[in-house]
Amino acid sequence: MSMPRLDSDDEVEALPADIAKKARALLMSLVRPHLAMLAFLAVIVVLTAALLVIGPVFIADALDTGVPAAIDGDLDPLLRAVTLFVLSAVASAILAFTSTRLVGITAQKILFTLRERVFTHVQRLDLGYHEKSTSGRLVSRQTSDMESVQQFLSYSLFETALAVLQMLFIAVTLLVLDVPLAIVVFAGFVPLFFITKAAHSTQRSAYRRTRTSIAKVIVHFVETMGGIRAVQAYRRQPERRGTLSDQDSRYRDANTDALRGVAWFAGWTRLIGNITQTVIIVIGAWLVIEGWTQIGVLAAFILYLRRFYGPLDELVQAFNLYQSASAALEKIAAVLDAEPAVAEPDRPVRLPAQSGAAGGTGSGRSLDLAGVRFAYGDGPDVLPRFDLQVPAGQIVALVGATGAGKSTLVKLVTRFYDPTEGRVGIDGVDLRDLEDAELRSSVVMVTQESFLFAGTIADNIRIGNPGASDEAVVAAATAVGLDGYIRRLPEGYATDVKKRGGRLSSGQRQLVSFARVFLADPDVVVLDEATAHLDIPSERLVQNALATVLEGRTAIIIAHRLSTVEIADRVLVMESGRIIEDGTPDELISGTGKFAQLHQAWRDSLV
Amino acid sequence: MRPLFRFWPDLRSRIGVYILVLVLTLLANGIQLVVPIITGHIIDGPIAHRDLSGLWLPVLGVLLIGIAEAVGMWARRMIVAPVVSHWEVTWRSRLFDRLQYTSVAIHDSWESGQLLSRAVNDLSQLRRFFAFGLPFLLSTPIVLAVGTVMLVLMQPVFGLIMIIMAVPAIIAVAVFEKHYRETSRRSQDTMGEVTTDVEESIQGIRILKSFGRSPWAAERFSEISTRLKSLEIRKAKLDSWLWSVLLLLPTLAQAAIVAVGTWGVIQGWTTIGTVVAAVTISMVLRMPIEMLGFLLADALMALTAAGRYWEVIDIRHDITDADGGVDDAPEVGHYRGKLRFDDVDFSFADTDRLTLQGLDLTIEPGQTLALVGATGSGKTTLASLVPRLQDVAAGTVSIDGVDIRDMPVNELRHLVSVSFEDPILFSTSVAENVEMGAPGASEEEIWKALEIAAAKDFVSRLPDGLDTPVGEQGLALSGGQRQRLALARAVIGRPRILVLDDPLSAVDVDTEDRVQRALREILPDSTTLIIAHRPSTAALADVVAVLDEGRIAALGTHEELLESSKLYRELMGASASADSAHTQTDTTASVTEGGHS
Repeated sequence: MSMPRLDSDDEVEALPADIAKKARALLMSLVRPHLAMLAFLAVIVVLTAALLVIGPVFIADALDTGVPAAIDGDLDPLLRAVTLFVLSAVASAILAFTSTRLVGITAQKILFTLRERVFTHVQRLDLGYHEKSTSGRLVSRQTSDMESVQQFLSYSLFETALAVLQMLFIAVTLLVLDVPLAIVVFAGFVPLFFITKAAHSTQRSAYRRTRTSIAKVIVHFVETMGGIRAVQAYRRQPERRGTLSDQDSRYRDANTDALRGVAWFAGWTRLIGNITQTVIIVIGAWLVIEGWTQIGVLAAFILYLRRFYGPLDELVQAFNLYQSASAALEKIAAVLDAEPAVAEPDRPVRLPAQSGAAGGTGSGRSLDLAGVRFAYGDGPDVLPRFDLQVPAGQIVALVGATGAGKSTLVKLVTRFYDPTEGRVGIDGVDLRDLEDAELRSSVVMVTQESFLFAGTIADNIRIGNPGASDEAVVAAATAVGLDGYIRRLPEGYATDVKKRGGRLSSGQRQLVSFARVFLADPDVVVLDEATAHLDIPSERLVQNALATVLEGRTAIIIAHRLSTVEIADRVLVMESGRIIEDGTPDELISGTGKFAQLHQAWRDSLV
Repeated sequence: MRPLFRFWPDLRSRIGVYILVLVLTLLANGIQLVVPIITGHIIDGPIAHRDLSGLWLPVLGVLLIGIAEAVGMWARRMIVAPVVSHWEVTWRSRLFDRLQYTSVAIHDSWESGQLLSRAVNDLSQLRRFFAFGLPFLLSTPIVLAVGTVMLVLMQPVFGLIMIIMAVPAIIAVAVFEKHYRETSRRSQDTMGEVTTDVEESIQGIRILKSFGRSPWAAERFSEISTRLKSLEIRKAKLDSWLWSVLLLLPTLAQAAIVAVGTWGVIQGWTTIGTVVAAVTISMVLRMPIEMLGFLLADALMALTAAGRYWEVIDIRHDITDADGGVDDAPEVGHYRGKLRFDDVDFSFADTDRLTLQGLDLTIEPGQTLALVGATGSGKTTLASLVPRLQDVAAGTVSIDGVDIRDMPVNELRHLVSVSFEDPILFSTSVAENVEMGAPGASEEEIWKALEIAAAKDFVSRLPDGLDTPVGEQGLALSGGQRQRLALARAVIGRPRILVLDDPLSAVDVDTEDRVQRALREILPDSTTLIIAHRPSTAALADVVAVLDEGRIAALGTHEELLESSKLYRELMGASASADSAHTQTDTTASVTEGGHS
């Protein structure tokens, strides 16, 4: 027996070298569909920035010329200035109103797209990926990382543009006012450039640490709450608390570092702005005293200077939100970058039309495993090279000790994994050439774990066939012996599985899984230990129902209780990844092989 | 605002630092006012008089204030960073701890994502609020009040204009508050739903994949995230109303000051200088008023987050020690291990139907009792009563005559070891998972336990043996392998009472047989309650109890019950074993689904 050798979560977590580039590309691809909207927003930005500069001019005009004129009896200049001021204020308000809405809507649309993209991609990823990843880690991508992106999109995109534009307007004004003084101001940008560069690298690494550490916290949280029964029964609370506080203290430190990085960045920026201002006053004073510059120019210069550096705070804030968001986007991009090992075909082939020859209620399809070998990665063979043909309509029981490779074999048939070598065919079509949707409607597997999704019991049964009518759902539940129980629930089939009285035992959950198969109406049914939690009468009931349903269909059944064999046409005994016996139940039972022994042991275990 | 006030004890413990942050925030606002005054003074004074020597002092002043401002800004952020980061982590650990001791029944009633979204999204919202929102929210009104007072002192009429302007602003805020609060609550709840859905879609990936239902799941997710999107857009729309109103009103006030002021100058009750000064002040006040909109939205989101946080913290713990708490390491007394259920009723909190009703059962010290019953008859519920994962509704469960509710919870859980039908392994090594049943166990003891559980062979063949990581973050083990590790964990401590809930359902008969014999040999003193479906399991027990309709319907040895109980024969498939399974439809009628388990 062999095991998949898996990477630890840290290795899965390790980001490819060019992830920053991929994150930027992801951001671009998200923004691209909204370019028209962004262009429109850019116009609003220009108008808003212009009004921010012009508004004060009107009120200054009202004070400088309007009021004196009014005192002299001429109200017109004052009225005009005040009216213009009010109009500009109303226009500003309308622009703010529009931009807030549009930014909000655009940001949410982008987030929505990103959430959906991540969700569908994660669904596409193969089981191998999911087995080495944890649900908590993927959850953190969709929650905490998404939140970082949202913060940036909602609060920074517009503000950044506005700040840059405002600075640009003022820079031009400064140049027009006085070139030498303007050059002093721009000289301040040299240290700013280096500070920003330094901040870029420290903040990037701090935010990456925040993202990584919060993901670990989430993983731990999800695992603890999911396993709360064991946590409580084995008194693990102190230890769990300890792990949380270890992981959370790493998050806390990373977060503190990131916030302190902002403190340094913001502090330096402000310091440079303020020093520049002092230098301007000194040089300006000197220039004025020497007679090279007008005093009014200096006054205006100093006034604008303050407003020139004002938006820098916004930019610092935006810069940090951007850093945080891009650290998050890197994580998200890494998930989107993972390619499913079990890929959709480029040119899908359709399954041949049903011949109908199989008869019965369903119609089976033949399975053909030719020269198949399977190993996890470069590991040892789990299934050494073998061939297996299952004709349409045959019911095969797969028997052997735990770890003999039974589950692996059915995972190849259901294409949860692709074989390392050889091909798995259904009615002559390689599974790799089938579209996932077609494969899944044709081959369905029920496993030992029966997971219920939030929603009603009917919804959960309907997973087998979302389009099924209420009658079909009831019929499926009746067939597996679940109907009576469901009808006694407070709201019958509409009972929420997580709420009032909807708690199902593990046996009942397995019955739900079976009911799903009844609805799904597949060509090939694979049952992997699907009756383990049932009591014997329930198992019999299910099996009888199955016998009817499976008639004409192809089926592979794994079960430790050999009662399954009673409905099988053929038995395969596996050991260490090899099929060691193959025959009809009667042949094998009457033989002297492994199955004869197993069957005898099983007979003895019965009463 | 109450949910936010409840953070006062945390605030108080760092009140010195927090007040410093507030002062620095206020100073930052104040400096904005001072610098223009000095620069104005420089231009009107030394520069106008071409007096270089008079320049140095005010320039030095500007430089020092400039440096002070930068340092103040740096200091405020430096100081607040560790405080709020620490708070976030502290709150999360409280939330986590509350949930760790919350009974299973309550856990089952919460969607998992609602807990996680509280622990992550809501707490980071609160951190942001306490770092930036609150200091500014507290200092802004002070700035506004000072500005208004200055206006009133200057000219009461101008002050009055500002106050009149405040009326529609307050109305706008009030209307906004109501809608925003409601939307924010719905949005944050929906975020919890998104989290739940993502979690389920990953945990249920095998089912989604095997039925090809990923498109269905994507549609479900899309429906929830569309809802989240609309709620967030609704928030943005509400923001847009408030922000534009708060942008417009002060400018209207300014226009009014100019107009009324001019009239005043003409009338002679004020001067141009006063009007100019009033407009300058109102200009300075515009920024904080505009910011108020943002701060308010932030505060309301924080309020919602706080409310959601306290909902969890306020969960009453119903399964506790006598003092209402839970001692992590109580002293463990000596017990012989006589387990007794006496007239036990059980029903889930949200339904009147009794799952167990008047159930009596006694297991003698060292005895092994097999509990059998139809799917859904309440076997798992019965098992969960022993370690008090659930509490009885009426009657008592006792060990050696002591009501288990009178023992410290963790003393009981020390005595009782459980293995669940859905084996739960944690993301750590095999060794650590097994050792959980007996902290400090030696490697030898771990191997011994693995041997009892028939797990020794496969563990020794794992890539890193005992150190191989398992659980969600580790190696993908088969169901049978996970069951056996969970079983090893249950037996390693040689517990006084062992509760095994269908512990080997995914294991072949041969292995099961070996395990059961090993259990009897090695743990002869442990009182064992084993839930079983197979006759082989039942046959090995000292006594078998049949659970039906919430009570023990029959009790005896396997052979006795085969003789006397029709129900037992059916459950064991005895009546069917002679015939072929195809004809066994008559047994189905007796399959009882008496309740939940």
